[in-house]
Amino acid sequence: MSPAILVFFVLAGLAVLGALSLVLQKHPIHSALSLIVVMVSLAGLYLLMGAEFVAMVQIIVYGGAIMVLFIFVIMLLNAGEEEHTDFSKLAKFAGLPLALALTASLAALVFKPDAGAPAATQVFIPKATEQISSMLFKEFVYPFELTSFLILVAIMGALVLAQREKK
Amino acid sequence: MSIELMLNAVNLAFVAFSQAFGKVEGQVFVLFVIVVAAAEAAVGLGIIILIQRNRQSLNIEKVNLLKL
Repeated sequence: MSPAILVFFVLAGLAVLGALSLVLQKHPIHSALSLIVVMVSLAGLYLLMGAEFVAMVQIIVYGGAIMVLFIFVIMLLNAGEEEHTDFSKLAKFAGLPLALALTASLAALVFKPDAGAPAATQVFIPKATEQISSMLFKEFVYPFELTSFLILVAIMGALVLAQREKK
Repeated sequence: MSIELMLNAVNLAFVAFSQAFGKVEGQVFVLFVIVVAAAEAAVGLGIIILIQRNRQSLNIEKVNLLKL
């Protein structure tokens, strides 16, 4: 077994375990810490696939900014243990069968012997970061500018939500 | 946080298929998904703080203003 496969299985197992722990933990802060484990192992997977730029963005933006925001809010609100409430009827009766159906169809697609996609040969993209940047500022420049508007609107929305009412 | 988990799953699929097909468009899209996730987290946490301030509770069952 080559070392890359071994690293892949360790990181993938870590990510799946972290995701399960995120959903099943009772305390919000434990969930947030499990989410950090998921983020970091996903960044490792991206590195393994040769997407260095995405891996770095994942660590900096997700692991740094977003998770700090989450943990800050959880500690600010002093959130305690979640009380276990009854699931909604929809989730109880439709959720599990739908999840099983999705898993089954995905597995059928993946394990189909003559899939349309080319076999999983590791295509190494040379200078991926350079290609990403040129594509981002040439082909995708319009959506890129739109995201700046999206962030501006989000900042203004958060400010309006968070300001106290004047007496 | 579960929404973040779902968006991360999509990102993983994007990067994996971008590698499998040898194109970088998928990685460009991952950047857009990350930006949307950041904006969504900011607004969502603002709403949560507002709920806590108005109702002194985080229980979703008590947020029933729109319920008939």
